[in-house]
Amino acid sequence: MTDITEKTAFRAGAGAAPAPAPAPATRRHRGWRGLTPWLFLIAPLGLLITFTYAPIANMVAYSFTDWDGVSPELHYTGVGNYTELFTRKDLFQVFFVSGYYLAASAFQIAAALYFATILSFDVRFRNFFKGVLFFPYLINGVAIGFVFLYFFQDGGTLDSVLSLFGVHVDHAWLGTPVSANTSLAGVSVWRYMGVNFVLFLGAIQSIPGELYEAAELDGASRWHQFRYIIAPGIKPVVTLTVILSISGSLSAFEIPYIMTGGATGTETFVIQTLNLAFRFNKTGLASAAAIVLLLIILLVTWVQRRLVPDDKVDLV
Amino acid sequence: MTRRAVARTLVYLSLIAATLVVLLPLGVVLLTSLKTDTEMADGGGALSLPDDPFNFHNYVSAFQGGEMLTAFGNTAVILLVSVGGTVLIGSMTAYAIDRFRFRFKKLVVALFLVAALVPGVTTQVATFQIVNSFGMFDSLWAPIVLYMGTDIVSIYIFLQFVRSIPISLDEAARLDGANSFTIYRKVIFPLLKPAIATVVIVKGITVYNDFYIPFLYMPSEDLGVISTSLFRFKGPYAAHWETISAGAVLVILPTLIVFLSLQRFIYNGFMRGATR
Repeated sequence: MTDITEKTAFRAGAGAAPAPAPAPATRRHRGWRGLTPWLFLIAPLGLLITFTYAPIANMVAYSFTDWDGVSPELHYTGVGNYTELFTRKDLFQVFFVSGYYLAASAFQIAAALYFATILSFDVRFRNFFKGVLFFPYLINGVAIGFVFLYFFQDGGTLDSVLSLFGVHVDHAWLGTPVSANTSLAGVSVWRYMGVNFVLFLGAIQSIPGELYEAAELDGASRWHQFRYIIAPGIKPVVTLTVILSISGSLSAFEIPYIMTGGATGTETFVIQTLNLAFRFNKTGLASAAAIVLLLIILLVTWVQRRLVPDDKVDLV
Repeated sequence: MTRRAVARTLVYLSLIAATLVVLLPLGVVLLTSLKTDTEMADGGGALSLPDDPFNFHNYVSAFQGGEMLTAFGNTAVILLVSVGGTVLIGSMTAYAIDRFRFRFKKLVVALFLVAALVPGVTTQVATFQIVNSFGMFDSLWAPIVLYMGTDIVSIYIFLQFVRSIPISLDEAARLDGANSFTIYRKVIFPLLKPAIATVVIVKGITVYNDFYIPFLYMPSEDLGVISTSLFRFKGPYAAHWETISAGAVLVILPTLIVFLSLQRFIYNGFMRGATR
């Protein structure tokens, strides 16, 4: 991160001030020029601070109090909210739900990798398959929620398809915690697999074609081509995706919120946080939860930065 | 040779299976949206075909009963203003960061970088208080400002493009007597067209699909956007899957049209946005 920023600074410097050591005569001119970038940045920075950093600062402050979000009265409670979060069993429960989404992302990445690999070779109707696999990612979350509520309904799509094969299930898919969480995690795979797939496909297609030709001449099989050409070529993107999936699994929200509202043990960390804040008026506790999630995500990202050097994944 | 043929068959089989998995849930909803309520009650099963494939009655009732016209109107206003704002803000930020050397620049860049990692939904716990204190709660301004102010991805996209514009262009304009604002307006901004297209598409789809921000900040019925209006179908139409399905199809259809007509831009845009 640092060296890239420096490079930018250097390049920008080269453009804005051709003379590295300006003569004193131009000082007044430079003073005005020093203000120019701030004129461009005032609106973006203002919005960034007001709607991202001020809330975070407030959340840190709230997290040490018992504030309910409305009353003018609040008491300092120290780390009470944080201990409550990690010791109350019903609050801690949500981390187990993340496990379903983590497992689903592992499957999702494997499937995306598989489809990206086979579609990088010459396949008929390639664009059609690519489009079909990617399209779910673009669909409105509420619409997806309804599509799959009908899918998992009694006598809905899934039951009808299964009965075509002679399987008759007498079982509400969203009825028990295990089945409901598995179903919801499945919907999330359906929704997000396409974006991973397109990323991987792009990475694979940026590998020069001569490498495959050379490998083919040497008699390498498809598996060897994958193992020795594709896999090393897309490693940075896959690592990035794995990390993003971890934070994504922890912050799973839309699908479970729309489909079950967190009922039957499908409450995720984010749903719980928002319910604490806006339904039970426990702004203090909710802030502590949000801070915990933020810290976990920052930690995960820090690990990613260690694993993937920045020059491979273009960042600023 | 035969092994290759078997492998090829398996590849196509897996692709067809995946296509079915993606399209079947959507197709069934389309079928359901064309059925009458008596057909639904008859229990012909989810996969049965509608008696009249041109029965658009459910679409009419979804469109009118679900206030979809208001919803599409509100979404359009929010989309236009916030996407326009994002383009201006993102390109200005990218120009300032890439073309100038100034004090605290590293800090500014770091602020934008770290902000990209903050999960937007959870910070709403405290953002709510701030939006409320500006008096923007339950108005179209709340989502507009939040979409404009918290979009870091578009800044990245613009930054990549600004960097690819040769600095000699700036210098030439400067020699002709142009100041920084003229350079931004006349040189940089017009050359950013591909980036603008990307940001408009990516941001547009994100805003169109966003659910929680309008849900939290605009509880009024007449301030529904497509996500929240569709979500409200859950109550009155709870047992009427044919109407809910019609609503869902109405929401998905514009996305499908945009996707089919702008495919290449969309793939590139989301790839750039995701690897930021």
